[in-house]
Amino acid sequence: MTKVLVVDDEPNIVLSLEFLMQEAGFEVMTAEDGETALARVADEPPDLVLLDISLPGIGGFDVLERLRADPALARLPIIMLTAHGREVEREKGLALGADDYVTKPFSTRTLVDKVKALLDEGER
Amino acid sequence: MRNELTVLAVAFGYLALLFVIAAWGDRRAEQGRSIIGSPTIYALSIAVYCTAWTFYGSVGRAAESGPSFLLIYLGPTLAMLLAPFVTRKMVRIAAAQRITSIADFISARYGKSAGLGALVALIALIGITPYIALQLKAITLSYAVLVDYPLAAGERLDSAPFWADKSLWVALVLAVFIILFGTRHLDASERHEGMVAAIAFESLVKLAGFLAVGVFTVFVLYRSPAELFARVAETPALTDILGLSAVPGGALGWVGTLVLAFLAFLGLPRQFQVMVVENVDERHITRAAWLFPLYLLAINLFVIPIALAGLLGDTGGDPDSVVLTLPLAAGAEGLPLLVFIGGMSAATGMMIVETIALSTMVSNQLVMPLLLRSRRLSRGGQGALAGWVLGVRRLAILAILLLGYGYHALVGDAYSLVTIGLVSFAAAAQFTPALLIGLYWRGANRLGAGLGLAGGFTVWAWTLLIPGFAQSGWLDAGFLAHGPFGIDWLRPYAMFGLEGWDIYTHSLLWSLVANVGLLVGVSLFTRQSPLEQTQAALFTEALHPRLDQASLHHGQTPRGELRALLDRYLGAATSARVFAGEPEQGADQPAPAALVARAERALAGALGSASARVLIDSVVRGEALDLPALLSILDTTSETLEMNRRLEQKSRELERIGSELRQANTRLRELDRLKDEFVAMVSHELRTPLTSIRAFAEILRDHHDLPDDKREHFLEVVVRESQRLSRLIEEMLDLARLESGRLTLHPERLDLAALARHGIEAVQHPQQEHGIVLDVAIEVDEAPVIGDPDRLEQVIINLLDNAGKFADATTPRVRLTLARHKRHYRLAVEDNGPGIAEEERERVFEKFHQIQRPDDAAQRGRPRGSGLGLPISRGIVAHLGGRLWVEDAPTLGGACLVMELPEAPHAAA
Repeated sequence: MTKVLVVDDEPNIVLSLEFLMQEAGFEVMTAEDGETALARVADEPPDLVLLDISLPGIGGFDVLERLRADPALARLPIIMLTAHGREVEREKGLALGADDYVTKPFSTRTLVDKVKALLDEGER
Repeated sequence: MRNELTVLAVAFGYLALLFVIAAWGDRRAEQGRSIIGSPTIYALSIAVYCTAWTFYGSVGRAAESGPSFLLIYLGPTLAMLLAPFVTRKMVRIAAAQRITSIADFISARYGKSAGLGALVALIALIGITPYIALQLKAITLSYAVLVDYPLAAGERLDSAPFWADKSLWVALVLAVFIILFGTRHLDASERHEGMVAAIAFESLVKLAGFLAVGVFTVFVLYRSPAELFARVAETPALTDILGLSAVPGGALGWVGTLVLAFLAFLGLPRQFQVMVVENVDERHITRAAWLFPLYLLAINLFVIPIALAGLLGDTGGDPDSVVLTLPLAAGAEGLPLLVFIGGMSAATGMMIVETIALSTMVSNQLVMPLLLRSRRLSRGGQGALAGWVLGVRRLAILAILLLGYGYHALVGDAYSLVTIGLVSFAAAAQFTPALLIGLYWRGANRLGAGLGLAGGFTVWAWTLLIPGFAQSGWLDAGFLAHGPFGIDWLRPYAMFGLEGWDIYTHSLLWSLVANVGLLVGVSLFTRQSPLEQTQAALFTEALHPRLDQASLHHGQTPRGELRALLDRYLGAATSARVFAGEPEQGADQPAPAALVARAERALAGALGSASARVLIDSVVRGEALDLPALLSILDTTSETLEMNRRLEQKSRELERIGSELRQANTRLRELDRLKDEFVAMVSHELRTPLTSIRAFAEILRDHHDLPDDKREHFLEVVVRESQRLSRLIEEMLDLARLESGRLTLHPERLDLAALARHGIEAVQHPQQEHGIVLDVAIEVDEAPVIGDPDRLEQVIINLLDNAGKFADATTPRVRLTLARHKRHYRLAVEDNGPGIAEEERERVFEKFHQIQRPDDAAQRGRPRGSGLGLPISRGIVAHLGGRLWVEDAPTLGGACLVMELPEAPHAAA
């Protein structure tokens, strides 16, 4: 079963994403900070990561960089989530190797579509 | 009885040695390898203070009046302590103005006054001549004692024909010596290096001679000091001499003699010569300030033992020659000759320096100003006048020494050495007020100084000089007892009925009263001429010069005439040196001010400042240095200075404004950055609840088949997040109002204790649900403060909420205390959480600052703060005149937030 890791420090946002991914038919793992996120990935590599940028402790960009530094995870699809709508952050996320970038608040349908599209792309 | 020829041969041999030393010193100076460039030589040359009077007279005085002779040396010791300040200033001035003598110095200080210079020269001549006579007397007396002992001892000198009088020949030989070494250069301000070397050598000789007698007396004659004093103790009459009571005039006499010696040391022409005119390097003064007093100590060491020994073993002679008769009576062979040479060195040293100083004064202050008035003379050819100046000075030397001899021959025998010395001291002391006051008080003027000197001198002459003549039998002594024409209060030894003082203290008191009184009094009520003002400023400000003398010359001075003037008075060679470096121009071209100043200084070095001024004035076309011209020059100078000052100020101001603008710009950028950050943070904080609301709203829209419990949960989330959003907006508005000062508070007198209880009620229920234990310790019955009750309650709830959030996860505890502290109430809320690190304690009051917790998981389910509560709380408390801060929790060990509000004034009755 396809596994999605949801990383965000807002419990209610995690709750909503968890529900959406489950409804889309994925298995969901969660983490509320960067350290936990890295530990989860090391334990059980997911098929896709939804990664918030502003996390307590290790920030979202750092998590992204560390994941990309591991060759085994180089092609792991990652979607960045952010409450900052700034263009520079989008550029930075994409430059660091994120596959997509979603600004909060987001459309749930669009998000689910993006996740599915990325996973399909990976399968092909 | 000694071989007269041997003594004469030794004496002239000694003088010949002096010639050699002086010639060597001059030779080395010409080669540029000075031998006097040492502070020790400088200190030794100052020891010219110790004359034959010291050498023979100290013992005489000690024999008569005990240790009072020491005062004559304590005065100079005090003066030397001041030398690093006073003498240094004089040396600076003398170098800058090419001062040639003390008369020149005083004349220059008071507007280059020729009259004042002449007055000083005249007083010096009259006052010091007896002193020179005293030296001749000492030489003659010691010679007679040496040759004829024991026959001549105690006898008056016979009236041998003058050509047989040795002192005349001594005077003549010295005149030759002084003419050779004292008038080598026309420029009297140039140093007499050979002479200084000879003087320093003489100081060593006299010290050696005196110490030799001392050692001989104490260790040969009496084998040890103890034995000498044991012998003295057996003679009661002698022990009195060691006491202090033997001073004439008692305690007053002590002070009088001390002050007299102090003033005379500064005013004596020969001391001014060696200390100021001959000074090579002002740094030498520092060593001389202690080395010279040490010399005085050494030369006085054996005075009392010698005096006592003289009184014990009756050597049969005048106490003034005990130094000589003591070794003679003991039958010593070489020693008396050494003592004689020592005494002669003391006498000749004084005569040489004093005569050079006096002759310079006589030529520059008395004779030359008169000659300059003669038109025939001033038309003389090139260098003709240079010869005249030297000729006058040489004649003056001869005349002064012959005058001394004349005084010695006519009056000398009537007085003891000490008496003559003190009379001269009192005359020299008259110069010191004009000298010292002129050095430090700019207001002292020419008229005051002139009248002061004249007054002091008159009193001196009346109270010391004329009575001296009377006592020698040259005048009827009747006026001494009854006053002139029977006027009782004018009696010379008891002026204004002041009786019972010793004559020197008496004379010093009245002459100083007249001198200083006139100097200060007249100066206060009369004005200074422009030149006087300039000179007064240059003298008093010598150590911090501000005015450049060159800029004060005014009027046109044709170069040709200036050149001719210098050629005539200084000779072509010197004149060429002055003009050296000046570009060749036509004779009609005006000379630059600096060149005129240089020419004046060169003339001053040769002729004294007053004559130099007269000569320069004679070639200056137009009004030289009249008051309006001087003032306008000074004004222009000060205007320029003022303009410069203003320009400088302007540029400093511009610089300051520039830097302020730069700072403001930096600050604006910083504010801009902060604003961007704030907007970003606000957007982040608003988007977060909005994200949850939108997500769950869409989920509810898209999933109609949700189970009821889930549906309700999601709806609950939407509601809570909406509340969070409104609260956030409310808080941000509060914050904006607080920061812009538009927050409307409704302050009233309220009871903080009651408010705290109210706040506790509000949070108690939800906190209990989370298992938080809340302690309350309200230690006052009532806590009246002025505040807005709603806002303050908001603050208290916020503090309690925060504490609950950060309390320990497993056993959370919160404690609220309220207590009175001085004139304030302090409400503290603490928790048992991890606490807040020292460096974080101020940051928690920054907007959107979120405190990170290590066990963030424990926070799950609890509402998160916006990061605005504490900044808003602090703003509210500050608006109410209170403070809010973080400290260590006193009982629970976590963080503690303390709110302090001032106690409300008592309600009006």
